[in-house]
Amino acid sequence: MIIYDFLSELFGSPVLAAFIQSFIPLIFLIPFALFAVWLERKVSAFMQDRIGPNRVGAHGWLQTVADILKLIQKEDIVATNANKPLFNIAPVLVFAGSYLAFAAIPFSSAFIGSGIDLGLLFIVAASGFVVAGILMGGWASNNKYSLLGAVRSAAQVVSYEIPTVLVILSVVMLTGSLSLYELSEMQTSSFYNWVIFGGTAPTLQKILLIPFMFIGFIIIYISSLAEVNRTPFDIPEAESELVAGFHTEYSGMKFAMFFLAEYANMFAVSAIVSAIFLGGYQSPFGYLGNTIGWEWLVPIEQFFWFAAKGIFFVFVQMWLRWTLPRLRVDQLMALCWKYLIPIAFVNLLIIGIIVIL
Amino acid sequence: MIQKKRLKDLTLLEKLYIPEIVKGMSLTFQNMFRPAFTMEYPEVKFVPPASYRGRPVLALEENGEERCVACGLCARICPALAIEVQAAETDREKERYPEKFEINMLRCIFCGFCEDVCPEEAILMSKDYELAFSNREDAIFGKDKLLTPVSKLKDRIEFLRLYK
Repeated sequence: MIIYDFLSELFGSPVLAAFIQSFIPLIFLIPFALFAVWLERKVSAFMQDRIGPNRVGAHGWLQTVADILKLIQKEDIVATNANKPLFNIAPVLVFAGSYLAFAAIPFSSAFIGSGIDLGLLFIVAASGFVVAGILMGGWASNNKYSLLGAVRSAAQVVSYEIPTVLVILSVVMLTGSLSLYELSEMQTSSFYNWVIFGGTAPTLQKILLIPFMFIGFIIIYISSLAEVNRTPFDIPEAESELVAGFHTEYSGMKFAMFFLAEYANMFAVSAIVSAIFLGGYQSPFGYLGNTIGWEWLVPIEQFFWFAAKGIFFVFVQMWLRWTLPRLRVDQLMALCWKYLIPIAFVNLLIIGIIVIL
Repeated sequence: MIQKKRLKDLTLLEKLYIPEIVKGMSLTFQNMFRPAFTMEYPEVKFVPPASYRGRPVLALEENGEERCVACGLCARICPALAIEVQAAETDREKERYPEKFEINMLRCIFCGFCEDVCPEEAILMSKDYELAFSNREDAIFGKDKLLTPVSKLKDRIEFLRLYK
């Protein structure tokens, strides 16, 4: 918000300011993806009593930079029978889908890509882009494994969107807003005001709400894991069955795009979950900037909390990946349709009743 | 049958899976703080135990004589036909020495039969496992590369006397 005003004053044109602003999340996202790939490799190594990358830079922190340099130099291979236009568009579309979500995520009270009132709805819609990209890439590759992976991914993401939306709906009933910015602003001052603890509702309602909010949080976390195709729901790219799933035929920078999109997506869902349930960019206690009277420090602190929460949930995703085995396709669908959706519906109903009280 | 009984015994809490997942996650988290098993290879090298069958070598006595009497049993038993021996007479009566002794390391399968069959304890499996060549000629080890002082092979000789 503040940054947008500053930019439009600087360039004298709201269009140019909006254009420049659209690149700001990217400045955060690319270093994050490099860091997250390194973190994933380190976390997996430590969990398996290994060391992990340690040759390039101290503790191997330059490993991902070296990997990117390697990927840039690689030959760009397109299979003879692939559908070239679709094959080339797919990685861009997948990344665009995950990047779109960042338009509605508030990074701090000073910065949100677009403060539209329908932020949550926009994010749910934008995640459909990712499926289109994956399906396109899988189909255009003209490869059995790719197609299988893409079809699995489409089935999975479409199914798991339902429990996600149901949980979002139950939160919206409580807060009355679809804008993530407003939602985050509501959960200010203390962690006791976070939606997972019943938000800013009166005390009696709050106590009644807490267990159901916890259930909602678990459901949305599980389904968000499934939406970004992470283990234990990584059947679209199941290495042991499908080589690499929908990106089997990709190499070089196009593969890197898929990789970047995956990590961007991981952060996006973590940020959304934390914005809905855990106060987004809000600190769990007061701000240092307010206590010592430096007002300008508050947005920076808020960004710190936003990044900390996001990276923590990304870490939990990695942690789960190296703990749990992969689900079978039928188990995956059974979990969604037979357990998560009914539970989410009952949860929605109960929260609705409590909110009316 | 055993599995059927186990399925029956699952309590509601176990059927929820979430406590079990938390248990598994706590295990992996504890693992993060355990020391790694990794050996950083080029810097830290693995020293194999005496039972290890590495590159076969020929024993060289302290006084500079080779133990091999060029009987050719190793060449005869070698399943990969990796060994080639050519005998020649020594000055002493009824004794021979290998004029040429070659092991083709591209053919050797490290079975240790040559060592088993050797009557003189002359051919022994060493602890050397770093075998990389840039061309085929380098892979054929002659006597210059094979002869190793007995002092370096004590481990293996002791092991053979105990267990062979």
